[in-house]
Amino acid sequence: MHFGPHLLLAALEGLVTAAVLALTALGLSLVFGVMRVVNVAHGEFFMLGAVLAWAISTAISGHPALGFLAALVLAPLIVSLIALVSERLVLRRLNYNPEATIVATIGMLYIIQQLALTFYGPEARPVEPPFSYRILLPWFGYSGYKLSIIAASALLLAATWFVLTRTKIGLVMRATRYDSETAQAFGIPVDRVYAGVFALGAMLAAVAAVLIVPISQAHYLMGQDPLLLSFIVVIIGGLGSLRGTLVAAVLIGLSDGIISVFFSPTLAKIIATLLVAMVLVFRPQGLFGTASR
Amino acid sequence: MTDKNGFFDLSKTGLTRRTALKGLAAGAGLAVAPGFVRYSQAQSSAPIKIGFQCHRTGIGAAYGRWYDRTTAAAVKAINQAGGINGRPVEVIIEDDGTDPGRGAEVVGKFATQHKTDIVYGTLFSHVVIGSAPAAGEAKMPYFVVSEGHHVASTKLNRYVFQPGITDVKSQIQAMAPWIAANAGKKVTQIFPDFAFGYDHRDYLPPALKAQGGEVIAQIAIPPTESSFTKYFPQIPAETEVIYHVMVGPAVLTFVKELGEFYGSSRPQLFGFIDSLEATDINSPGLEFLDGSHFWEGSPRYAQSDDSAAQKAYRAAVGIDDNGAAVGDPKDVSTAAHMFGCWETLYVVKKAMEDAGYKGPEDRAKLVEATEALTEFAEGPEHPQGPKTFNGKIHQCFGIQNISKVEGGRLNVVHKTKIEDGLYEPEGDYTTQPL
Repeated sequence: MHFGPHLLLAALEGLVTAAVLALTALGLSLVFGVMRVVNVAHGEFFMLGAVLAWAISTAISGHPALGFLAALVLAPLIVSLIALVSERLVLRRLNYNPEATIVATIGMLYIIQQLALTFYGPEARPVEPPFSYRILLPWFGYSGYKLSIIAASALLLAATWFVLTRTKIGLVMRATRYDSETAQAFGIPVDRVYAGVFALGAMLAAVAAVLIVPISQAHYLMGQDPLLLSFIVVIIGGLGSLRGTLVAAVLIGLSDGIISVFFSPTLAKIIATLLVAMVLVFRPQGLFGTASR
Repeated sequence: MTDKNGFFDLSKTGLTRRTALKGLAAGAGLAVAPGFVRYSQAQSSAPIKIGFQCHRTGIGAAYGRWYDRTTAAAVKAINQAGGINGRPVEVIIEDDGTDPGRGAEVVGKFATQHKTDIVYGTLFSHVVIGSAPAAGEAKMPYFVVSEGHHVASTKLNRYVFQPGITDVKSQIQAMAPWIAANAGKKVTQIFPDFAFGYDHRDYLPPALKAQGGEVIAQIAIPPTESSFTKYFPQIPAETEVIYHVMVGPAVLTFVKELGEFYGSSRPQLFGFIDSLEATDINSPGLEFLDGSHFWEGSPRYAQSDDSAAQKAYRAAVGIDDNGAAVGDPKDVSTAAHMFGCWETLYVVKKAMEDAGYKGPEDRAKLVEATEALTEFAEGPEHPQGPKTFNGKIHQCFGIQNISKVEGGRLNVVHKTKIEDGLYEPEGDYTTQPL
């Protein structure tokens, strides 16, 4: 294949990765930014989203788009409910202590994974895409559905940005993040804001999973990769920085796509890890993060 | 000690003569009831314990599910016919998570905790390779139902056998002439980046060269990969045949993405059914496989010329004419591999009977008796077809099927002969001490 079309394919693959990664990493970044909780179970919320998408879409007969749309609405809601319950039952009781919550979310990771294995089983199962349109380029064909993932992700990211910066909910969240004690003094129910943010973070991961599942498949071990990549993105972008998360997701997604197409996927992972090391050495707060005061 | 509470006073338990007679009658009735087998032998009627190292979780789970069902069916048939050496067979299952480290632990667990007579059943080559040293160490006969060339290459040890399914080197050698003559001579290979894939990588080029063909590119894909489009630009434009062999949960994605990439203007495709085991050939996105060919160890779909033994085997295991579980068309079997479980258990039975096997102290005798086997005739015990066995390399050789995807099913278009897959042995396990 010539260089031009080769690069085009690489960029498209990279953009799909970036789109899903941005949503997943945003959830992780938001939870840390507001609550100072490093959610190690984030990847499992992603997996739950995919597994529930399979369950919902197979329960609904008729055109595959019906099942998929139902999954896109219901799966993130169910996952956010599960997150809400686990926040109430676990994180709140630990007073959001940073060390304790890391251990607790590791525990949640294993519990959720084993529950998925028990009730869903060890198989990888496919979810039918809502439409299968093949875009015919002169050099190769490309999945129309994959392109729609990029569009859907962009829309969702814009919506999240709007909520965070232009609405009262966003204002409350930012106030809580900036100084939770003062916010409390001004009558903001910090405790409930935390619960909401944790649910929202899980919801973003679940949405990303529902979008990706028609092109990958639901599997009970699928949460590990997005967790690792999200951490890489969040560290590079700066924990809690929305803009940094987006830029880093596009950077990592594109570089992963391009390097793995032209060289090898293993090299892409090596370079991403190296980038993390460099950022930690030279700019520990991340590219767009602010140094802690 | 005084018995104040009367616990030991039998007169109060109320065991009347009538109750005793009832009990005796029930016991006698049970003994003559259909399905009750008397195990006729002299010394022990304790069951022969077979430790089944099963991929219940991890990337081999779909295979594990069907290996489990096939094993249960074979053990039921063996026990109904009187067991092994007149003793019933009991299967003890441990999950290895399709993981080499856990595989070795499971072998150790069978040896020390369950005290099984043998260990059996593993498929994935990295688990076989990871577990083999533990089996050798424990002097535990280890009957694998894998496919890799690791057993036949004599790189493992004297306690490891592969008597129920042909190895990859033999399969490739048997099929290369058909590929070169019918599909094309310029071949690009796509294979998983671990032991099983390396067998394909290493043995296809020489086998194809002997037929005037050529492997022009080799693309290795990590076994945990979940997206494949990025590898496809590496396929050279002049490729006539894409030879694909993928395993694990992402195979459906692999085939779908290949379809999106090429559409109808694709090169010829020749795949190992591993790429689609346990996957419905009529899944959305797989239409583009129509007209392509697959290797099958044993055909998934019932064929018009199926033998009576093949039909009986399919009924016993519980798969319908489409190769799915009876009553659940979505539960597609791993038919191309799981017959190996059935046949391996009958090889174990034969070898144990030849050795006069009585217990773990006879394990060395069992190894020698297995090595002395030479041929397995086609029939109820070997429904996939006739096989020869080479005791020096612990490997059997059988026929292979090449099937074409037509109208949403796989039809066998070519059967190879045993001789097509024979090669010079690379070593001799029998020279190793027991």
